[in-house]
Amino acid sequence: MARRRLGTRPGSGDDRARRTLGLLVLACLTLITLDARAGSSSPLNPARSAIGSVMGPVEDATATATRPFHDLSGFVHSNKSLRGNIATLTAENSRLRGEVATEPIDRQRLAELEGLTKTASDTGYSIVAARVIAMGPEQSFSRTVTIDAGTSSGVRKDMTVLNNDGLVGRVVEATRSTATVLLIVDTSSVVGGRLSTNLEIGFLRGRGTVGDSGRLDLDLVDNSVIPSKNDVVVTWGSKDGVPYVAGIPIGTVDSVVSSPRNSSRIAVIKPYADFTALDVVGVVVPKGTHGDRKVITAGGGQ
Amino acid sequence: MTPARNAAMVALVCAAVVGQAVVFRFLAIDGVVPDLALIVVVAGAIARGPEFGALLGFGAGLLADLAPPADHVAGRWALALVLVGYLAGRVRQDARSSPLMAVVVVGAASFIATSVFALSGGLVGDGSLPVGPMLRVIVISMLWDLLLAPLVVPALLRFFDDVRPARRFARSR
Repeated sequence: MARRRLGTRPGSGDDRARRTLGLLVLACLTLITLDARAGSSSPLNPARSAIGSVMGPVEDATATATRPFHDLSGFVHSNKSLRGNIATLTAENSRLRGEVATEPIDRQRLAELEGLTKTASDTGYSIVAARVIAMGPEQSFSRTVTIDAGTSSGVRKDMTVLNNDGLVGRVVEATRSTATVLLIVDTSSVVGGRLSTNLEIGFLRGRGTVGDSGRLDLDLVDNSVIPSKNDVVVTWGSKDGVPYVAGIPIGTVDSVVSSPRNSSRIAVIKPYADFTALDVVGVVVPKGTHGDRKVITAGGGQ
Repeated sequence: MTPARNAAMVALVCAAVVGQAVVFRFLAIDGVVPDLALIVVVAGAIARGPEFGALLGFGAGLLADLAPPADHVAGRWALALVLVGYLAGRVRQDARSSPLMAVVVVGAASFIATSVFALSGGLVGDGSLPVGPMLRVIVISMLWDLLLAPLVVPALLRFFDDVRPARRFARSR
């Protein structure tokens, strides 16, 4: 093998590399075609869930091990608008800075959990709390996160995911201990939304970006309706709450853009949830779900 | 190639894929994180040539395609990383000449890989953005990779030299 690779003719190593390249590119194109054509019944799904069940726990362990660093850096980087204030803040009070780094993170987490419990009693849904352990890179142009609850906690495909700010997304893939959540800001995500002021319905599509510029486009079914700024949009839900349950706040109307070309009006929605700083989220599960996690219900009990 | 060397390489690729999704998510600039898997593939290609680079790219790309939270059409990252693995291997003589050149190769590879990934998404109709935001993502990810490359590429080159099969190592020197 070594001799072939080093080769006596100068071109032979190149030829071999070129052949390998050709074969691998062909393999990739085959995979892409198979996966893209088959849609939800892709032949790659077994491979996907097998890798998911191995890599999920690895991601979970890594997230747990690196969490203290995350909490520090997350505090600094998660919110763009905070960044400008950091210089003044640090100069102002170093003691405050030390405090901020450790204790309030726990308090904040507690507040988020309390918010979830409140959501459960407000909406009457049963919720399983989970934490975000991994985020798909923006380079993949799809906005997904991994959460640390899976089928063992009763989390299944097509369940609604929310946090105490509002709607986060839906579960698209679940392994035993982790689940993949498609965020509502993803370009392939479509959510049925309802304007809370006039109950008009429409469809929300993500723009694929997170951060301060993360927006959703609301395409109203009735084109004569003009949404007003700061109108609240909530989910209108679908049959049996799959994939979205009704009445979860999504965001507020930021602006309205009319497009003369297809004679429709699109309302730009600013989502409530901050997708760059997702931590504790809740998965809406059917009533009576039993798993290895506590289920938060309307009564506030188990 | 011994099992131990293979295991070390598999572990490195896994660490890169997990690292970019888990460890770097809070450092992300508008969701864009450094592409660790790409840096590993380019370093491997520079150390060991185009054939190894393409194979490593295929493995790393497939893992990035299938490991959660990936939800795009599988094979897209594999295609992008196979191409840059091969290309980086072809320019390895130049890239090895100085650390700066290696960093430049990483930057170019980052641009090519993210663009190929974006284009393949457009072709199969899978999660693409308008041109403006897409270019922004490509540029930010390239800057991330350029920032990280000087820190990790020398160590990675040493790693790939160390796990090189001993016989071949002796002959080629």
